Amino acid sequence: MTERLVIIGNGMAPGRMLEHLLEAAPSRYQVTIFNAEPRVNYDRIMLSPVLSGEKGYEEIIIHGDGWYIKHGITLYKGHTIVAIDRAAKTVTSDHGVTETYDKLVIATGSVPFIIPVPGNDMAGVLSYRDLDDVNAMLLAAQSRAKAVVIGGGLLGLEAAAGLQARGMDVTVLHVMPTLMERQLDPAAGYLLQRAVEARGIKVMTKANTKAIVGNGKVEGVELADGSVVPATLVVMAVGIRPNASIARDAGIETNRGIVVDNGMRTSDPDILALGECAEVGGQVYGLVAPLYEMARVAAAHLAGDQTAGFVHSDTPTKLKVTGIDLYSLGDFADGDDREEIVLRDAAAGIYKRLVLKDNRVIGTVLYGETGDGAWFNDLKKKQTDISEMRDTLIFGQAYQGGSPLDPMAAVAALADDAEICGCNGVCKGKITGTITEKGLTSLDDVRAHTKASASCGSCTGLVEQLMSLTLGDSYNPAAVQPMCKCTDLGHDDVRRLIKAKGLKTIPEVMQELQWKSSCGCAKCRPALNYYLVCDWPDEYADDYQSRFINERVHANIQKDGTYSVVPRMWGGVTNSSELRAIADVVDKFEIPMVKVTGGQRIDMLGIRKEDLPAVWSDLGKAGFVSGHAYAKGLRTVKTCVGSDWCRFGTQDSTGLGIRIEKFMWGSWTPAKVKMAVSGCPRNCAEATCKDIGVICVDSGFEIHFAGAAGLDIKGTEVLGLVKTEDEALEVIVALTQMYREQGRYLERIYKWAKRVGIAEIKRQILDDADMRTAYYERFVFSQKFAQVDPWSERVSGMDKHEFHPMASVGFAEAAE
Amino acid sequence: MSEMDWIAIGTIADIPLRGARCVNTPEGKIGVFRTAEDQIFAIEDHCPHKGGPLSQGIVHGASVTCPLHNWVFSLETGKAQGADEGSVRTIPLKVEDGRLFIALELRASKAA
Repeated sequence: MTERLVIIGNGMAPGRMLEHLLEAAPSRYQVTIFNAEPRVNYDRIMLSPVLSGEKGYEEIIIHGDGWYIKHGITLYKGHTIVAIDRAAKTVTSDHGVTETYDKLVIATGSVPFIIPVPGNDMAGVLSYRDLDDVNAMLLAAQSRAKAVVIGGGLLGLEAAAGLQARGMDVTVLHVMPTLMERQLDPAAGYLLQRAVEARGIKVMTKANTKAIVGNGKVEGVELADGSVVPATLVVMAVGIRPNASIARDAGIETNRGIVVDNGMRTSDPDILALGECAEVGGQVYGLVAPLYEMARVAAAHLAGDQTAGFVHSDTPTKLKVTGIDLYSLGDFADGDDREEIVLRDAAAGIYKRLVLKDNRVIGTVLYGETGDGAWFNDLKKKQTDISEMRDTLIFGQAYQGGSPLDPMAAVAALADDAEICGCNGVCKGKITGTITEKGLTSLDDVRAHTKASASCGSCTGLVEQLMSLTLGDSYNPAAVQPMCKCTDLGHDDVRRLIKAKGLKTIPEVMQELQWKSSCGCAKCRPALNYYLVCDWPDEYADDYQSRFINERVHANIQKDGTYSVVPRMWGGVTNSSELRAIADVVDKFEIPMVKVTGGQRIDMLGIRKEDLPAVWSDLGKAGFVSGHAYAKGLRTVKTCVGSDWCRFGTQDSTGLGIRIEKFMWGSWTPAKVKMAVSGCPRNCAEATCKDIGVICVDSGFEIHFAGAAGLDIKGTEVLGLVKTEDEALEVIVALTQMYREQGRYLERIYKWAKRVGIAEIKRQILDDADMRTAYYERFVFSQKFAQVDPWSERVSGMDKHEFHPMASVGFAEAAE
Repeated sequence: MSEMDWIAIGTIADIPLRGARCVNTPEGKIGVFRTAEDQIFAIEDHCPHKGGPLSQGIVHGASVTCPLHNWVFSLETGKAQGADEGSVRTIPLKVEDGRLFIALELRASKAA
């Protein structure tokens, strides 16, 4: 008979347990899950990338709704269990659902520790635990105001980095003298603090919080010395404690957590506990690797294997903040019986420390360069006697035994049982074995089959090296994604080499950079054409045969092979004679549809290709030029009516929009560029989701950029405030030129900005006046060749062949 | 089938290098392509996927990429390349002194 298994909690540990259980005993249990969170199982480790904007929620889902359906699992979302009746063997949720169990698994995780100070329950005080917390922080971050993160541990620093990436002014308060003191020694903690501060995050150590101050809503954090740090958002990330209350209420033995034996069994034989709520061998755990170990053991017991037992292992700590490499493992406290080896390279920002006892590694702290972490971990785990290699040990594996300094050598030399993925406990042999056995060729495949690199992702580099080792030249690590199948070079390398080697035609690029195909493909040719147009505006002859059809015929192809035509309406402003001319064209050419676009202009759809030159001719007579609605180039500059008409307008937003559009039209860019100018912060032109936007304020013009409102939705970043229209134009033009020179073809501004870093863009465009001027002048120079109306050129006969069939044949016979 | 009737459609110079032109026929459009190596091919100008006009695509090697959804077709065989499955009809074509001729099977199909 099928037994009834009820699980309280739907985090990563019970999720993994179910995967094991479904594999070992697929039909033994009828499974019901109660999840206090109103959603499916997602990867909690990846909340920080969601907060910083590097990932979306959909990307971190582990089990989607379909998974539960497929396995016949009932999932109650948003149900918190309020009572366990051990005599009747039932659980009851806060919505009144009661389920009977044969086996019960408690996986209630942990609750964030809220420091007991006055004001800790005020609006604007958050913890950092689940997706709801992240969403609340993202909402608060839209204000771009000040945030305080209390806690300078792993979670606090990730929260601070995420909020800062979202545009907030962040201060970290940490009660101890150095950051992450539980994982790092003071020296590494200091280096970390410097790196965090270099990103613009303020750090205050030895900062003892006395109270959260405010009037119903948070206004600041008061410290023990009486000073107040202003903030509208306070995130408490000072630690977690096991959530054992439901078990305690039911009379199950608890201590710090729910006490379990090494088979994950509680004091009640039919109830198991695992995850952060469980206490095994007197320890509670918060990192994912031991939790997954618990999941393995619990699943084995549920499947009938009573021999499985939990084995404690040290788990390395890694910080998931882009650009800060940090690795710590084991015990590194000072002691009389201990020795240490330290390597410091201040200029390179590298610090490495090994703690030894009886010639064996017992602890490691690596900062700035963490590649040897896995090797040191292996030495520690195996208790290898290191006396032979002691002199060179700190330099890492590549320096042992005179082997060459090939980065691959380090991975190649690892033993098969060396752990590569700490989160999922996957060793080298499992990865290489699975690659060979299943014929895997992509990182995604390896993740799917082995789970390596599938949780926090920090071992991705190692996994890729293993793939290179196993597959040889046939594997191209994703780190440098080639432009297309015609080359092994990535976009950045190609752009760099075009400039460095002075390559000025597509055949020259293909020859010099050893293209693998005779004349490229539909991916690389348009990209190369753009790079050459951008880099050599006066010398390069645009290759229309390497442009997509829309840019070749200056109209947008539609699904039925007809075209749509959008004339420019500067700043979205038009008049009666323009509208009359459009109306006449629509009648004359029997254009089936006329539509107002999202960019404040008029689209005429369903025009036959042969009619395009005649349509343009008529539009041209009324003063219209191409709106480039088809171009990887400047599209529209949307405006509101600004100070000319609006009661609230602070500046002439319409005039500035028109000025920008007249200055910048015709320029080609890596991907389309849409702009907007709003006359006041009410933002009627919706400038804060544009590639580049301006919000006018009384004191000047706030320049925004890197927004998105398409496949991705993203508010803009603020570049800075300038006082005059002239300055606004110069900054916008310089920013556009920087993007033109660095962007990868088809990469929108927000993606480019994320890659390059907002701080770097600010430095080059706002802080460095010389660079700004140079960018500006290069743009102005290239406009001399770009600002030619393509429609009037074609009305005068250019590219005639594009618009007429070569011949019409066979009709006479058919008519007979 | 009777001997092919060759119909003149123009000259090589009418088609841009790595480009195409189309020819109207009663049975729909035909795309005539000129590769970088001056090879000329004629295929049905109608992608089997969603009917995209292949003559408007980017020509590379002896292939063309459909402008609507990026299917790639061999100009020699008319077969879709890569993971996509489908094909377009190839049209017999000959070049004499730079002049181009295609053969249509109109009457044959009319008679049938």
